[in-house]
Amino acid sequence: MKALCWYGTNDVRVERVPDPRILNPRDAIVKITLTAICGSDLHLLDGFIPTMKRGDILGHEFMGEVVDVGPENKKLKVGDRVVVPFTIACGRCYFCERQLWSACDNSNPNAWMLEELYGFSGSGLFGYSHMMGGYAGGQAEYVRVPFADVGPYKVPDGLADEQVLFLTDIFPTGYMAAENCSITPGDTVAVWGCGPVGQFCIASAWLLGAGRVIAIDREPERLQMAAARNKAEVIDLTQADVYEKLKDMTGGRGPDACIDAVGMEAHGNTIGDWYDKAKTATMMATDRLGALRQAIHCCRKGGTVSIPGVYGGLLDKVPMGAAFGKGLTLKMGQTHVHRYLPLLMQRIERGEIDPSFVITHRLRLEDAPDAYRTFRDKKDGCVKVVLRP
Amino acid sequence: MNMELTFPEDAREGRVRSNRNLSGFERWASIVAGAGLTAYGMSRLKNNGWMYAGLGGLLLRRGVTAHCDLYEAFGINTAGDAGDTRAALRGSRGVNVLESVTINRSIEELYRFWRNLENLPQFMRHLESVEKVTDTISHWKAKGPGGTTVEWNAEIYNEEPSKLIAWRSIEGSDVVSAGSVNFDNAGPGRGTRVTVNLQYSPPGGKIGARIARLFGRDAATEIREDLRRFKQLVEAGEVPTTSGQPRG
Repeated sequence: MKALCWYGTNDVRVERVPDPRILNPRDAIVKITLTAICGSDLHLLDGFIPTMKRGDILGHEFMGEVVDVGPENKKLKVGDRVVVPFTIACGRCYFCERQLWSACDNSNPNAWMLEELYGFSGSGLFGYSHMMGGYAGGQAEYVRVPFADVGPYKVPDGLADEQVLFLTDIFPTGYMAAENCSITPGDTVAVWGCGPVGQFCIASAWLLGAGRVIAIDREPERLQMAAARNKAEVIDLTQADVYEKLKDMTGGRGPDACIDAVGMEAHGNTIGDWYDKAKTATMMATDRLGALRQAIHCCRKGGTVSIPGVYGGLLDKVPMGAAFGKGLTLKMGQTHVHRYLPLLMQRIERGEIDPSFVITHRLRLEDAPDAYRTFRDKKDGCVKVVLRP
Repeated sequence: MNMELTFPEDAREGRVRSNRNLSGFERWASIVAGAGLTAYGMSRLKNNGWMYAGLGGLLLRRGVTAHCDLYEAFGINTAGDAGDTRAALRGSRGVNVLESVTINRSIEELYRFWRNLENLPQFMRHLESVEKVTDTISHWKAKGPGGTTVEWNAEIYNEEPSKLIAWRSIEGSDVVSAGSVNFDNAGPGRGTRVTVNLQYSPPGGKIGARIARLFGRDAATEIREDLRRFKQLVEAGEVPTTSGQPRG
């Protein structure tokens, strides 16, 4: 089959590789009908995530048709049309039972690596480095899905691939980020980053009862999407002092909740941003955190900072004093996709939201290497790329 | 909870044992020194070299047979009595590993799984097989160094249903090991805490164990990974893997 493989920083290629097969009793094989490139895949392209190996197949947002099931998989049948959560969960451990699916105890074959780094290991992920399990991803024609009697969710007839594909990651990720803000009616939510996850944060904040949503970015097309499609007020960070502007917009109080939908590769132009750039460029730091610093700084007293943006390592100059001094609540983590999938599928069925609005580029799997670069460089108005094998 | 391995009075006490009385380290030291001394003596036979060669020969013999006549005369024994589990593992001798894991299953279920020692090779990677001989005695086969297989018999010498299983190699085995597993309730809705205590006398003694650690195969890590596989097997029904999947 054809698959998008990683060969090093800035080096991804579509190669011919063997087809996947059932390896464990609860597995299934899915023939991919639609897959996407995630903003977090760019951290892999840019070499920010350790424990990648040459030839690893990328991709963790994918859906398709079941073509084979393992002997212990009593839930799926050949022919089922499914979306697959990017987090892999066994469904039977302490954490899965408590709906903390991305903290599954049993799905990461390389758990010891993450234990060295983080103390304890979360669940395995598709196509996202060996410390996250080393599972082959779904930017391919076929994929093997472990614990497929738990993760894959059947798509109701009448919904198109493009409407449900983002239930695999970015829609639940944006939704969980908004839910983590504990929004009460009328709250003001500020969202840093108007990429695909940021757009779903905005849309979800509305769904959960926010009174105002303010979106912050520096890319005109993304701000345009946030304003026109998602009805957010917007701040172009290249044109305004974000803190002053937010203060003005909120009567001097600050937003009730701030969402950092940017993560470890923030771009900004404050002194802190240049400091991070210098440190990461010289391998002295692992993450750039301009968005997080600003979110903590701008948040009102007693407010919540919610972090769906991915961080990987040790962060420097985190304004812990501000977070403490204002009594902030910080919430973060990999998305518990399984928890949100059924409820968000219902919202799509009822027509409350059509997630396909983020798609700007529809390409073939063969075009993936170019699509990665277009997406990374935010050229051509690129917000979200979907690939059809 | 008392995690010490306790050995009840052994009925076989006083049985004839091997006449080894040298530790592994001392044996090899004797062999190396003996060989060197012999070679040195042979090279200068005219100048009383025969005395060095003779002394070297005695040292060499001491090392190869692991028996020292002088030690015997004075009642000294540094061998750790390879044949006797009690003596070999007493106090700080041997390698001692303690690891625990919390598993989302009932005590009874986990106890039953473990009590059938034939299940152990499913998650203990160094084991090839465990076969039941009688209800309490079993035959163990494990991967040894350099692709060899080591075998021994072990007996369950202490068991309390749904609480504790303790086993040890039978006297006279090549491999001296003992282990115990404890099961306790981790609290309501929190599953079962499984604690494993393993003791063994490693090939090459403590120095061998230290060298093994340099190569990343220390016993605690191995047991931790074994326990992880045990948990995966009984909770998820399978051990997660990626081996055999495609790559570019």
